[in-house]
Order: sequence, then C-alpha cells, then structure tokens
Amino acid sequence: MSNKLENIKKLNISKPLLLDCKQTIKDFPLAYETYGKLNDSKDNAILVFHALTGDQYVSGINPITKKDGWWVTAVGPGKAIDTDKYFVICANVIGGCMGSWGPKEIDKDTNEYYGLNFPVITIRDMVKAQETLLDHLGIKKLLCATGGSMGGMQLLQFCSTFPNRTFSAIPIACSTSHSAQNIALNELARQAIMADPVWNNGKYLKNNVQPKNGLAVARMVGHISYLSEKGMQEKFGRKLQEKADYEFSFNADFQVESYLRHQGFAFVERFDANSILYITRAMDYFDLGKQFKGGLVEAFKDQKTKFLVISFSSDWLYTTKENKDTVIALNASGADVSFAEIKTDKGHDSFLVNEPEFLKTLKGFIDSMYTKFKNEKRI
Amino acid sequence: MTQCTQNLKMKKEFKVIADLLPNNVRVLDVGCGDGSLMSLLTKEKNIEARGLELIEDNVKKCIYKGLSVIEGNAETELHQFPSQSFDFVILSQTLQAFYNPEKVLKDLLRIGKSVIISIPNFGYWKVRTSLLFFGKMPVTKTLPNKWFDTPNLHMCTIKDLFDFCLEKNIKIDRAIGINENSTSEIKKSNLELKNLFSKLGIFLLS
Repeated sequence: MSNKLENIKKLNISKPLLLDCKQTIKDFPLAYETYGKLNDSKDNAILVFHALTGDQYVSGINPITKKDGWWVTAVGPGKAIDTDKYFVICANVIGGCMGSWGPKEIDKDTNEYYGLNFPVITIRDMVKAQETLLDHLGIKKLLCATGGSMGGMQLLQFCSTFPNRTFSAIPIACSTSHSAQNIALNELARQAIMADPVWNNGKYLKNNVQPKNGLAVARMVGHISYLSEKGMQEKFGRKLQEKADYEFSFNADFQVESYLRHQGFAFVERFDANSILYITRAMDYFDLGKQFKGGLVEAFKDQKTKFLVISFSSDWLYTTKENKDTVIALNASGADVSFAEIKTDKGHDSFLVNEPEFLKTLKGFIDSMYTKFKNEKRI
Repeated sequence: MTQCTQNLKMKKEFKVIADLLPNNVRVLDVGCGDGSLMSLLTKEKNIEARGLELIEDNVKKCIYKGLSVIEGNAETELHQFPSQSFDFVILSQTLQAFYNPEKVLKDLLRIGKSVIISIPNFGYWKVRTSLLFFGKMPVTKTLPNKWFDTPNLHMCTIKDLFDFCLEKNIKIDRAIGINENSTSEIKKSNLELKNLFSKLGIFLLS
C-alpha cells in the first residue's frame, strides 16, 4: 500500500504549524485531489472535508482502492456538486493514512514509523493544515465548503477559525461538540483495536502487519451507527445468508452478520488502525464552544458566510436536535443560516448514498450561492 | 402555515406589508411559505430577510431561490431567535392556526422591534352572512377550508385582535384593512365598519 501512495498529489507544508497539543510541526505532507477546473476569476472553488474513514478521493475511481470515490453520489460531472462547473478540492486529514502526515508515516528523527509517537491532533489542527492548501492553490475565497459527519465538524471549525474564507457553507449531519454517545462509540472502536494482540502498542507496522481483527470490529461498530434501526430492519430483517436454516454455529448465519463482517474486513485493506485511534480522538476532543470564552456565540461572531445546515430524520449519531443546536448558535451570533431536515430511513449514511431529496437540496443551494457570489463580486 | 392559506395569500397583502417596511432592515418572516414575500422584500427594499417554515417542500423552494430559511415550527421553535434580533417580524395569516396564539405573539414581540401580523377577518360581512343565512361554517376565498380540515384553531375578527392588543398593552402603530384591491386605515372610530368590510387585517405592532 505504501509504495502506491508515492504517486498521489501532495503539498509539502513547510510553514510551521503549532498543534493544539503545543507541539510545532513543519515540513509535513498533505495529500489532496482536485476535480474540475478552477475558472479565471477563481470563484468556483468548493472545498470538501472528509469524514472519519474518508480520504481525498471524493469522486471518480479511487486510484489506491480502485473503487468509486466516497462521495461519487454527490460529486462529479452533472452531479449535485457539478465538476463541469465547479472546482472541487479535498485533502486527506492529517492523522489520516492516504498520504497525509499520519501515524503510519516515518518519523524523520527516529527513522521509524510514528505509531503512538505521533502527536494527538485535533479537528482544528486538521483544518489549519488544509487552509494552507487553499493558499497554495491561490484561492482567496471559496464559493462553498461542505462536509458531513467529521467533515461537518471540520467545516464548522474552519468557518470559526478562518471567518469569511468561504462564501457559503453546508455542514451536514454533524455537531459543534461530540456527544457522550459518540465518544462512547469511538471508545468502543479504539478498545477493539487495542485489544488485538497484533496492535502491539501501535508498533505493528515494523512487522508489516495490521491488527485486522480489532480494526474490523471497530469498523463494524461504525457501520451499525451509520444505519437506522428501521433501515437495518428493512434491509436485512432476519434473513439468512445463503442458507435455508440455522447452522447451529457461530458462522455468519444472518445476512446482517455477513454484511458487518464483509464491511469490517474490506476496511482493513485500506485503513490504518492507528489512524482510527488518532482521528476518533480528534473527534472526541472537538468542542467548538470550549475554544471561546463566550462559547458558541463567539465562535461564530462576525460570520458573513451563508450557512445551510442539513440533518437526516433517522440519524441517531448526529441527531436533528444536535444539528438544530448548531443552527441556534449560528442564529444567536447573527449569522445567515438555513436549515433543512431530510426525511429518510437511511440514517447517518444518508449523505453518502443516493438520497434524491438531499442531493436536490445540495444542488439547489450551491447553484443559488454561485449566482449570488458572482453578483457580489460584480458589485 | 398550510398549503391552502399559502397559495391564497394575496399579492395585495404583500404589497401592503412591503410598504410598511423601510429599506435595508432585517426581517424575519415566520411561516414564510415558498419565500414569495422574502423575494419581494429582498429585491425591492434591499431587506435582509430570513424565514421560518414548517413545510419541507416550501423550505426547499426557498433554498433553491437562495433565500435563508429555517425548517421548523413557529409554535415550538421561536425560542431560538435572540431577543430584539430583527427590526421586523412578519406573521402572515397564521396567527389563528396556533394552539397558543398569545404565546406566539409575545415571542414575536420579543424577537422583533416591531411585528407585522395579518389575519383573515372572521368579521367580514360575507363570513357573517354565510353563517347567518346558511347556518354553516363559512368557506370563502380567504377561508378556503371546511370545518373539519381547517388549520385555523383560533379564528378572530379585526375587532377581536384590536381589543386583544389593547387588553395586553400591545401598541398598535398601524392597522390596515384590505378589501379586494382597496386598503384603508383602521382606527378606533371606524373599527365597526372596517371590521365588516375588510377581508384581511394587517397590524403593525410594537
């Protein structure tokens, strides 16, 4: 996997970055990908922030996994985020494992894999690194920035840390701080990884192995939380996996078991276990209001950005209520905010799957913002 | 609030509301429907308009037009707007549909420095005669629903709202009656007459 990563687009960030943990880093890689063309007036750029297990390959075919990009339902030629019209940028977060600076990179000081010597990073650290990419691409102000789940959390942080760097913003299925339930689920994922003996305190890479069992269980936890109870019942029910009756064993009798096992073990092929530890930690530490004396109201003060917050009715990971709390905070700061709840059974995953009402809303908002952005620049 | 009342909102009503508003102010349109009024105010008066709307389809229509709208229920979600955060709050033909219109009205007066409310007038002569002569709940252009499917829980007349404001110490800055295409000022002295001949009443409160 690592040798394949050498061909991907990377920006080497030489500017020192002071991390929230007080460590300063410099000369680190940020892997990214772009789709479509930046126009001459540079007003058609859209930045996408990816979620926990995402990467920079939003659309098209992911050159590493050879599978569809993770947001191919929404981004591409003629899609809601139309790459014939817009220039779409996405970077792999630091702490990730698709070419950006992360725990599976080599520490130049020790000439060994970072593993647990990698510093604990935060959502704000991720966002600061990505802002440098915008400078590199020569984009002063984005037309729009968007992201779902952890991508949405990065977006809220981005808007707060770099006010007015984007004309509009679409935080999807996210919150301004991680709930106890979400921290608990992340802890479950981490414990699964750390309980795998192969994990070996994070030093598994030098033996050229992955704690596959632990990582697969971590992924299964995630997959359960991305679906809704109703959606899962409708999709799987009590259906058996290619058999007429129970086997009276612990093999995957039920389709839902088979599905989870498949998702879990497919995941270990493309993801690094330590990255999951670091990225879930960053999500858990995320509490935007805590960064400001005046709480969330101060976090969003003087925002000129036009927000559209989107939630999904059956999402129990980042509920409509949590998303509405973001709306309330934005309102309280006097920000320009819209809110829509998409009625769907598809749970938290709704933003990644083909959910027509969601995609129409996304397109409608972005297209109308493009018209406004161009008009504003003309004036 | 409901599809029926939204569709039947008179253009005239929007013009009267627009005339009540100065340029360049901040307006919250509660029950903004598909955003027709917000579009009008943005275009003609350079007003910064925000909407609150219950019906998902209407919310999307607003979003497609580039208008700022929050999906939500005015009955339960007005608390999210800070006090005095808007110059004007508009509530068009919806007051009568709330479970607790008094609470909603108080919230509107908290959020806005001024409040514009329009009501379909139950004291309009056609409504009165319909009940008097036919002995049935009135169905008119401004009240298109039948008794069993009407969203209107608290129908009132212009006079009712007038008296209500006096009783609750709410200042009426302007009251305007609309009948077909003519409008007229409502005062204490002509209240009986205007209550009989106005289809709609528009109140500017503070």
